[in-house]
Amino acid sequence: MSNFNRREFLKLTGGAIAATYAMSYGSFAIGGAQKKVVVIGGGIGGTTVAKYIRMADQGVEVTLIEPNKEYFTCFMSNEVLGGERAMDSIRFGYDGLKAHGVNVIHDTVSAIDAAARTVTTEGGQTLNYDRCIVSPGIDFKWDGIEGYDATVAETIPHAWKAGPQTVTLRKQLEAMKDGGTVVIAAPPNPYRCPPGPYERASLIAHYLKNHKPKSKIIILDPKDKFAKQGLFIAGWKKHYGYETDNSMISWVSGVGVEKLDAGNMTVSSAVEDVKGDVLNIIPAQKAGKIAFTAGLTNEKGWCPVDGKTFESSIHKNIHVIGDASVADPMPKSGYSANSQAKVCAEAVVALLSEKEPPQPAYVNTCYSLITPDDAISVAAVYNLVDGKINAIKGAGGLTPGYDKTTMDMRAREVKYAHSWFKNITHDVFG
Amino acid sequence: MMQKKTLTSALLTCGLALSGPALAQTPAAAPAAAPAEAAAAPSAPVAMASGSMLGNTCAGCHGTDGNSQGPATPTIAGISSEYFIGAMTAYKSDTRPSTIMARIAKGYSEGEIKAMAEFFATKPFKAVPQESDATLAKHGANLHKKYCEKCHEEGGTSTKDDAGILAGQWTPYLSYTMEDFMGGKREMDKKMKKKLDEMHGKTGDEGIKQLLNFYAGRK
Ligand SMILES: Cc1cc2nc3c(=O)[nH]c(=O)nc-3n(C[C@H](O)[C@H](O)[C@H](O)COP(=O)(O)OP(=O)(O)OC[C@H]3O[C@@H](n4cnc5c(N)ncnc54)[C@H](O)[C@@H]3O)c2cc1C
Ligand code: HEC
Ligand code: HEC
Repeated sequence: MSNFNRREFLKLTGGAIAATYAMSYGSFAIGGAQKKVVVIGGGIGGTTVAKYIRMADQGVEVTLIEPNKEYFTCFMSNEVLGGERAMDSIRFGYDGLKAHGVNVIHDTVSAIDAAARTVTTEGGQTLNYDRCIVSPGIDFKWDGIEGYDATVAETIPHAWKAGPQTVTLRKQLEAMKDGGTVVIAAPPNPYRCPPGPYERASLIAHYLKNHKPKSKIIILDPKDKFAKQGLFIAGWKKHYGYETDNSMISWVSGVGVEKLDAGNMTVSSAVEDVKGDVLNIIPAQKAGKIAFTAGLTNEKGWCPVDGKTFESSIHKNIHVIGDASVADPMPKSGYSANSQAKVCAEAVVALLSEKEPPQPAYVNTCYSLITPDDAISVAAVYNLVDGKINAIKGAGGLTPGYDKTTMDMRAREVKYAHSWFKNITHDVFG
Repeated sequence: MMQKKTLTSALLTCGLALSGPALAQTPAAAPAAAPAEAAAAPSAPVAMASGSMLGNTCAGCHGTDGNSQGPATPTIAGISSEYFIGAMTAYKSDTRPSTIMARIAKGYSEGEIKAMAEFFATKPFKAVPQESDATLAKHGANLHKKYCEKCHEEGGTSTKDDAGILAGQWTPYLSYTMEDFMGGKREMDKKMKKKLDEMHGKTGDEGIKQLLNFYAGRK
């Protein structure tokens, strides 16, 4: 210390000395300048990271920008489609976040200037940041299916972002005649919530079985395998007559939908045309639009990041978390987004006071319901090895098959899935 | 788990306090402790994350700081570190039944489990708001006093012992747990088994129901 003059000391304040101060006084202890974090997107990743930064360090000024005043979780929206749950129960607001001292601005970010460290909104605001965190979720590759676009999706929904389209799809299922056909066009990899389309098929089948038993569901899938496949197929056999003459669900693999004739409610693949009474088309996906505008994406349309901090490998001081990031082997899920957000929050708090980001830890779990009494799960625990996210061997994995468990344990998983929903939404929005 | 229990009671009979280091010296824990030590060394390939970093990953299922919003997943805030370590070790070695915890617990070293135990032990346990039947709860209170209070002190609220918190815990979880105990799926402390069998012999399942209502009634 005595070796430095005052000016050198000030230059060094970001270093170890400042870190010591920051611990007791928060980030404004030195120089008086409060560190600023701007979070883009008030979904699962963005809301969590904003909250956890404030929980770790009240000295950081956190602003979150999100266009919508209400957020509908995608998770459990399949229960809404199956008629088991009300829309109200998947709706969340930002009062909890505000109570943590986060400034919430309802606007859409139109640009990020990585050099100037500013964020600009459609509403015309410009905000400075020391660190920016981007969690914009997904966008759709509309050019993959001829005749399908954002406007058509309002009547032939993807319902892959929960909200009005979830309601539309539910109404269409309710209005469908007994004996009707529901077509689900599943997306190619990678996409948000790998087991999601198959859980959706299951819960729609449960609804149809009880209310419109002559109806059918056809899943057209460009993939030849899918998440939790063995467990889903066994579940469909047990509950929905899969592979019998009366099978409620058909899964057609290797068939990607290439064209939609909305007027005739017909989808076409290279192999055949399929007509449906209700169509649910889930297009191929890429990172949310702002990730492209800000130049954060790779050639595949997702954002490469450092697994320890989630800082973009392209632009410094910008972090990307959640579905938009490349966080393999973590899947694009709400649990992942929540877990990544906490790692990112601790890293950002450390980096703002020029400390070494802490050693991270991550978890993912996805529950899926096959019926309201039969749920399955997949779990994984991750650490950081050689700078990369690593799924710890011997941990995680799937719910056992019917031969190795009991229906009582499957019913417990339903209760625990609902508990997961309550806990994660409270951890994010509470 | 078997080994731990036997040793634990042996230690207790000798009048030794059950502490972290004592536990770590049991044969069951020793091999797993080695990688944890290695992880702490500077040259180790994988550094160990802090208790809060590790513990925060559990919040998606157990709630922020381990206080569960229910309806079933147990609150783990405030449970004693001995009980926590025992539970995680049992899950890890497949000696305690679970839907998912065995898969999760296998991801953690002995050292990481200890760090998380300390993290959760410092978080205040919040009794969960649940409905209960006052009459059943009254009978339950008497049964608790007679058969359970000895180890689950202060009406099952105590965090001091290594027996877990009962009062204010989510009822579906406790109910599953009692099923597992009575079905022989989860190993029981020998003396607890004696007491429970004795009680069940007299009250049948009704006694369990009364106990659960008593535990649910904690405000
Ligand atoms: C049917 C279905 C079921 C699912 N089930 C599960 C499940 O059981 N378990 C699980 O873990 N996951 C599940 N998921 C996945 C989960 O919903 C997502 O992985 C999660 O929401 C990702 O979080 P995110 O923060 O990346 O994106 P999101 O939660 O989508 O949040 C993105 C936010 O950013 C905002 N935004 C976008 N662009 C801008 C901009 N330019 N300016 C400001 N704001 C912007 C959006 O309005 C949105 O609110 C499911 C998904 C679906 C579709
Ligand atoms: C996917 C959800 C999920 C995740 C993630 C999870 N748990 Fe659990 N936990 C459960 C469930 C469900 C139970 C009840 C046992 C079972 O069926 O698995 C439980 C039980 C427990 C218990 C036993 C409580 C008691 O009173 O005996 C402990 C301790 C525990 N978990 C610790 C943890 C820790 C620590 C983590 C994070 C590293 C964690 N859990 C992550 C779902 C989860
Ligand atoms: C002799 C001491 C003793 C008595 C008496 C006793 N218990 Fe226990 N109990 C324990 C111990 C020790 C554990 C922890 C076991 C473990 O680590 O798996 C435990 C665990 C439990 C658990 C699991 C808690 C959890 O979070 O999973 C429940 C439930 C329980 N006891 C209920 C009861 C009831 C009800 C009674 C009275 C009928 C009772 N016990 C009497 C010692 C006792």
